[in-house]
Amino acid sequence: MQKWLTLASVVVLYLNSSAQQDGNYGTIQGDFNLNVQSYTEDLKINADAVDEFILMNGYSNLRYTKDNFLIGVRYESYLNALQDFDSRFNGNGIPYRFAQYSVDGLDITVGNFYEQFGNGIIFRSYEEKSLGIDNVMDGIRLKYRPTAGLTIKSFFGTQRFFFEQGPGIVRGIDAELNLNESFKGLNNSKTNILLGAGFISRFQESSNPVYNLPENVGAYSVRSTINRGKISFNSEYAYKYNDPDGGVTYNNYAPGNAIMSNMSYSERGLGIIVEAHRVDNMDFRSARGVTGNELTLAYIPAITKQHTYTLAAFYPFSTQPMGELGFLGELNYNIKKKSTLGGKYGALLTVNYSRVNALNGGNSVLTENESHTPIFFSVIGEDLYFRDFNIELKKKLSKKAKLTTSYVDMIYNKDVVQGKNVGKDIHARIGIVELNYKLKPKHTIRTELQYLSVDKDEKYDEDSGDWMMALVEYTFAPHWFFAVVDQYNGGYTDYEQIVHEAVHYLNISCGYSSGTNRFELGYGKKREGIFCVGGVCKNVPSSNGFTFSITSSF
Amino acid sequence: MKKLIVILIASISIMTADAQNKSFPKIDLKTLDNTIINTSSFDNDGKLMVVSFWATWCKPCIKELSTIAEEYEDWQDETGVKIIAVSIDDSRNMSKVKPKVNAELWDYEVYCDPNGDLKRALGISTVPHTFIINNKMEILWQHSGYKDGDEIELYEKIVQFSK
Repeated sequence: MQKWLTLASVVVLYLNSSAQQDGNYGTIQGDFNLNVQSYTEDLKINADAVDEFILMNGYSNLRYTKDNFLIGVRYESYLNALQDFDSRFNGNGIPYRFAQYSVDGLDITVGNFYEQFGNGIIFRSYEEKSLGIDNVMDGIRLKYRPTAGLTIKSFFGTQRFFFEQGPGIVRGIDAELNLNESFKGLNNSKTNILLGAGFISRFQESSNPVYNLPENVGAYSVRSTINRGKISFNSEYAYKYNDPDGGVTYNNYAPGNAIMSNMSYSERGLGIIVEAHRVDNMDFRSARGVTGNELTLAYIPAITKQHTYTLAAFYPFSTQPMGELGFLGELNYNIKKKSTLGGKYGALLTVNYSRVNALNGGNSVLTENESHTPIFFSVIGEDLYFRDFNIELKKKLSKKAKLTTSYVDMIYNKDVVQGKNVGKDIHARIGIVELNYKLKPKHTIRTELQYLSVDKDEKYDEDSGDWMMALVEYTFAPHWFFAVVDQYNGGYTDYEQIVHEAVHYLNISCGYSSGTNRFELGYGKKREGIFCVGGVCKNVPSSNGFTFSITSSF
Repeated sequence: MKKLIVILIASISIMTADAQNKSFPKIDLKTLDNTIINTSSFDNDGKLMVVSFWATWCKPCIKELSTIAEEYEDWQDETGVKIIAVSIDDSRNMSKVKPKVNAELWDYEVYCDPNGDLKRALGISTVPHTFIINNKMEILWQHSGYKDGDEIELYEKIVQFSK
């Protein structure tokens, strides 16, 4: 760390002196983010107090750019980490620092970098601060564009593990070729074709006394994108060589693979998407035997819709990298203005369906006692993981009012997604109405009413019963907002026969923003649940207390 | 080590104390046809550009872009401004960007930043986040978040900087 800072200081001092000669001082940019929460005990919702009384997460990025040169650092502070974050974050540090230089198509990065090959199914290094995910690489990365249309990326690195580095060394190379840019004859072709291929290799020592574990594990993927007019087709296939995790009781030498494809058709006023993916034994990380969201290399995007309304997102699905088969279809249709259905302003209709089930007989297994390879395609009679049908209509009613209504019908396999042992699926129906009403040009009132009802049939588990939610938000642009939200649960007995009383989760908040500074203050109860961004989820415990946050960038 | 950090920050601040407007970073993005385009090729014949970050799952973002879409023709006639919408959707939702843009009837230039390279370079922690830039790729103004009515302030700024 000290060496790196010394180097950075030397570089900056050098740039400083050179800038005085040519008058170009470069620019500095940065951002700051702070989240503070107090915790008080609330037995009714099973919320704990913390010994510190108050917890804090904060970080700040600083970047300096001059011509083709860029350096950056991020300071992070968790004193101590908020309850919904892993306590291994506790403390301070500079887990992110890098220098980058690019000239004549060659781009060199030393230090930390984020990178992704194709859709990320063999390699994606990324951050999602709200989930506490940051699997940034530390090492050297090169990107090179030798000719038009060809991009080659390559790197060596280790992966971040809280404030340390994981034990594995990761190497990767990826090439992407745009045929239309590369070959003159295709320059004006109506069909656009892009091809890509990537390879990742992980090295981790093994001294396992029982099993012979491969120290080098590789994975490759090939992909293509074809566009012609209104149609676009993407596909990627990935293969992972055997990667047994060396647990003493379970040791699976089967390789893994994944295939995904999507096709879309769209023209003005209309968009149709169909997608499918099949994943078998594709949990790939930079270290063996790690669980949760840590040290992941493979990122397999969830195929289901990412719901944004609170109760529609009550039962979120996350990809099962060990094995699943999933489909999605979506229609976006703009109902024309001045038509019978569209009225004066038109309306937007979205219909979406997705379904995910287990592979036939489970994922591939190859051990001393068992060998199994699931058949490629099987839908009927397989264990259902998730099914979602939803429809949404967004309509402008008048110059002042906008209405959105939505209906969701969902089946959720809690045992698979959350690793519980309920024995039954949950069937939920959710209805949502949102109304925006402009009082004056800069004053708007927004209300949301949501109701979630679980199927009471014996076939299904009632989980936590029915939920109701109401929200009222008042905004005064460009600076202020005030919001009150209540989620109500009428009480229930869970599958472990524990009785839960009826409870209101009442929350009030207000915020002030000016330019790029935002301040937000809130008070109230938070419900226990799963919080997801981009198909990756974390468990959030229930809590009661004040929250305060600042985001700023300059 | 603390001393070094202080020296580092101090020297950077001295260097940039009298710097001009911040420049918009040069980063590769993806077009809706999945080809690569660098932000340095953003161009609007010398007139202003608005770069707005959004995502298919971000309601306030879609509200902002839909509201502007209703007035975009007027804005273009009066100031010549061009709007560039950069989606930060990752590979889960990237294929849904083009159908969404078409269904919403947005006439914007749209690009994708699937692994957040540009988002990170600009220090954006939440979407929506909107910039006004000029033809020299200098950032004239920026704003994070969207509340109904924020587009009024945005347009006032566009008019102010167009003069």
